[in-house]
Amino acid sequence: MDSNRSDRRRFLRSAALAGLAVGAQKSASAQGLTDTSAPGAPPNTHAHGQLAPHAAPAGRGVTKSITHTTYYTPLADSVGIITPSSLHFMQSHSRLPEIDPAKYSFIIHGMVERPLAFNMDDLKRLPSVSKIRFLECLGNSSPRRHVSEGKPNSTPVTVQYTHGIMSCNEWGGVPLSVLFKEVGVKKEASWLVAEGADGSKYTYAIPLSKAIDDCMVAYLQNGEPLRQENGFPARLFVPGFGANHSVKWLRRIMIVDEPYMTWDQSVHHSAARADMGYKSRWFNFVWPPKSVITRPSAGLKLNAPGYYEITGLAWSGWGKVRKVDVSVDGGKSWKEAKLQDPILPMAHTRFNFDWTWTGEEAVIMARCTDDQGEVQPTLAELNRHWGREEKDRLEPKSNTHYWNAIQPWKIAKDGSITDVLFA
Amino acid sequence: MCYSLRFFVPLVTVGAILLAVPGVGLAQRAYSNVGRTPSQEEIQALGVIADPSGKNLPPGKGTPKEGGELYAKQCAACHGKTGEGGVADQLVMGAPGAPHRGMFKDTDRHPISFFAYSTTVWDYINRAMPANRGGSLKPDEVYAVVAYLLYMNGIIKETDVMDERTLPKVQMPNHDNFLPAKPVWPPNPKKPSWY
Repeated sequence: MDSNRSDRRRFLRSAALAGLAVGAQKSASAQGLTDTSAPGAPPNTHAHGQLAPHAAPAGRGVTKSITHTTYYTPLADSVGIITPSSLHFMQSHSRLPEIDPAKYSFIIHGMVERPLAFNMDDLKRLPSVSKIRFLECLGNSSPRRHVSEGKPNSTPVTVQYTHGIMSCNEWGGVPLSVLFKEVGVKKEASWLVAEGADGSKYTYAIPLSKAIDDCMVAYLQNGEPLRQENGFPARLFVPGFGANHSVKWLRRIMIVDEPYMTWDQSVHHSAARADMGYKSRWFNFVWPPKSVITRPSAGLKLNAPGYYEITGLAWSGWGKVRKVDVSVDGGKSWKEAKLQDPILPMAHTRFNFDWTWTGEEAVIMARCTDDQGEVQPTLAELNRHWGREEKDRLEPKSNTHYWNAIQPWKIAKDGSITDVLFA
Repeated sequence: MCYSLRFFVPLVTVGAILLAVPGVGLAQRAYSNVGRTPSQEEIQALGVIADPSGKNLPPGKGTPKEGGELYAKQCAACHGKTGEGGVADQLVMGAPGAPHRGMFKDTDRHPISFFAYSTTVWDYINRAMPANRGGSLKPDEVYAVVAYLLYMNGIIKETDVMDERTLPKVQMPNHDNFLPAKPVWPPNPKKPSWY
């Protein structure tokens, strides 16, 4: 353990020296902290913990196209609410940038009194916060995820692929409210535009009141530096909103006075709504209340009748989960599940429910109610409100954002489990 | 590099004031010796993010004909010979002189004629295209390829020249088909958020 610590110190020291070297080239004054402790013990292969030799936890699944690379969190094996960093979902639209943190900085400019560049030393000195919050891609559990295309290499319909573009981590960093005081945001400003350093210069606009309320520039994920694919060394973090707002590899924040109509947000992420005469809905922002039973779930098999705990996750971008109801008879009757501490706003909440499978056919599902009183809708309710027929959803290519329909899993007499959302 | 004077002049002025009165900027700050004032060159090097009305577009110009030549070399491999789509998005719906009429019911099709703002076409191509070489096109090249795509979608004429003044004036046929017309936060709390 001592050697672990020394190893870490040595790493920090060399990282700090690298930072100083770059600073010297830029003829900037030395800022930040330097580790001045004694050199560490000999190299230690356990400086970062390894999986046990015989442990074989489920890994992430993947789909790839020229415009989207997606890694899916294996939800069926999850307990608790924290996703290991190595299993956090990832979606990217272009090549991942490799950024040297010693050379990294991002700039806040636009409608400010004084534009400023912040490097990693600056971020680590400023007042910090950490929050356990979910992140969910706005395309998660979209209808296309519920239909196997039947092609070779197409993904199976399991909870990993229907709901796995979401995760929940502890994110640490500097509140935007702190950074905004430093740059002096002008009072006429009302939006920001955040740009990433990836190949597509991924860009999203965010209302300034939300940014000041609870957003941060995050540099820690579950107590470690961000994973490369999750925005190393620093990203925007916008709790409760579709994950697309949390721009990775943050390059700049431009303060402006109107929503900029970037392609990602105003074109790619706007979608036709039949109930609105096929006008396109855009700037949806918040993930509405949602839940899913992670175990038992499609792709698993119950080998014999008997006791099985039903467990799952519930969350809402509006706040905390108030309650989760579970039905084991296809929605005819509902009973309240036990919520497990902690119950945090805009975070996954774990629910558990005692259940004994008799060996008969059963359809199990969960329904989330959040602390605003909003209730997760059934597929029929969603379709009615959106003016869509259910067959619209069955198109394997059909794509809908912020999809939060109640998710039913059917257990057959032989114990096999399938997704029956569209059945 | 070419940048609009309207964008450049105010920033220089702010910089000059800060240099002239060194204490002024620091006095209002809560945390001492944190962050660094970037040079004007550094801010300019970040490039333009175009605003919807195109006020900060850089000078430059291009025609559909020039853009067509560039499209064939740098875009057609992924987006199809005439923008019909390939491994990457379909860009053209409608035809020269015959723009697409009607609503876009397919949520996965986002040709140029779907865009609400002509400046969005310029902004995305300028910063993100060609894929993984974003930022490599010069302003004249961006105006040209934007002109080509607007022409192919039937939105402008073959003889139209796109520059920092003409592009923002292009009326996009689908402009009024987005809701809410003016994005607001927070949204109307009376409706369920999934409505």
